[in-house]
Amino acid sequence: MNVRLYVWQRATAAVMAPLVVVHIAVIFYATRHGMSAADILSRTRGSIAWAAFYGVFVLAVSIHASIGVRNILSEWTPLNERRVDACAVFLGLVLAVLGLRAVAAVVLP
Amino acid sequence: MNTELSVSLWRGAQNGRYETYLVPQRASQTVLDVVTFVQRHIDPTLSYRFACRVGVCGSCAMTVNGKPRWTCRTHVAKVAASGRLEIGPLANLPVIKDLATDMQPFFEKWQQAKGAFAPTKTRRDAIAQIEPDTPARKAADAAIECINCGVCYAACDTVRWNAEYLGPAALTRAWTLVNDERDGGNLARLQAIAGAGGCHACHSHQSCQELCPQALNPTAAIAALKRRTAVAYLKGEIKV
Repeated sequence: MNVRLYVWQRATAAVMAPLVVVHIAVIFYATRHGMSAADILSRTRGSIAWAAFYGVFVLAVSIHASIGVRNILSEWTPLNERRVDACAVFLGLVLAVLGLRAVAAVVLP
Repeated sequence: MNTELSVSLWRGAQNGRYETYLVPQRASQTVLDVVTFVQRHIDPTLSYRFACRVGVCGSCAMTVNGKPRWTCRTHVAKVAASGRLEIGPLANLPVIKDLATDMQPFFEKWQQAKGAFAPTKTRRDAIAQIEPDTPARKAADAAIECINCGVCYAACDTVRWNAEYLGPAALTRAWTLVNDERDGGNLARLQAIAGAGGCHACHSHQSCQELCPQALNPTAAIAALKRRTAVAYLKGEIKV
């Protein structure tokens, strides 16, 4: 890990910390109030706030996780740096695409 | 107290093996005493490295019952309660023969981390006045008592996983120089330790500070370097 990856990983961790707290609070709220899927979708569809919240969350996770996995691959596998970078970019893109697709499914009207 | 110690010593080079010797047990005996006894009384071909015998020179570090230690200041009674002792060469370094490792990679990394003082004055300038109570002067203490024994380097998991990693000793030395007001090589130094094998590779396992015979804390120095290089990177002073 070099200083650039270090700064990105720390910055995305700082972004995620409050988002995780809100995310968990939302899960507790939804389950304790017995909200159905329809109840939830009625609140999230068309909501720019929820789209921004989970959109940022997904992007931060994609960057943070791919840097972390890159480190593990670099230290624990015989792969060379180029392949390690390729794996990390691929993982980041998969997480971003799957995550943003999920966000789109609940916020698009 | 047993009257004899069962001592396994590494014999040969990288692909050697442990051989067992019986050594008389004595009061206040150090691990280095045991190794010296084997060489003087059992097998004169045993190779190992030592110089001062009093914890100053940093030459005699070896792996003792699985942990790197300075053998001249390590009492047998402290590390071999069962009466068994296994002594090998330092880990993470090429073995030359028996208990002697090649320290060249260790010291080359000091060079790579810009561990040499970069002077800013000449002999005609006045001697620098350094206030002893400033935070920078106190931080510069990090590596001043380092004896270059290689114990931290042998104890480090990251060194084992990442051949490029500069290691705790070289980075702690760099942190001392970063805080030396008289030094003029800091940007080059921060640049040198911001890459793939630099300070950000450290996982903060803290084996270095647990086993450092001088009770130094390389983990804290490396953590400080991570912050300092991150600030320099964000200001555009160094590039990756």
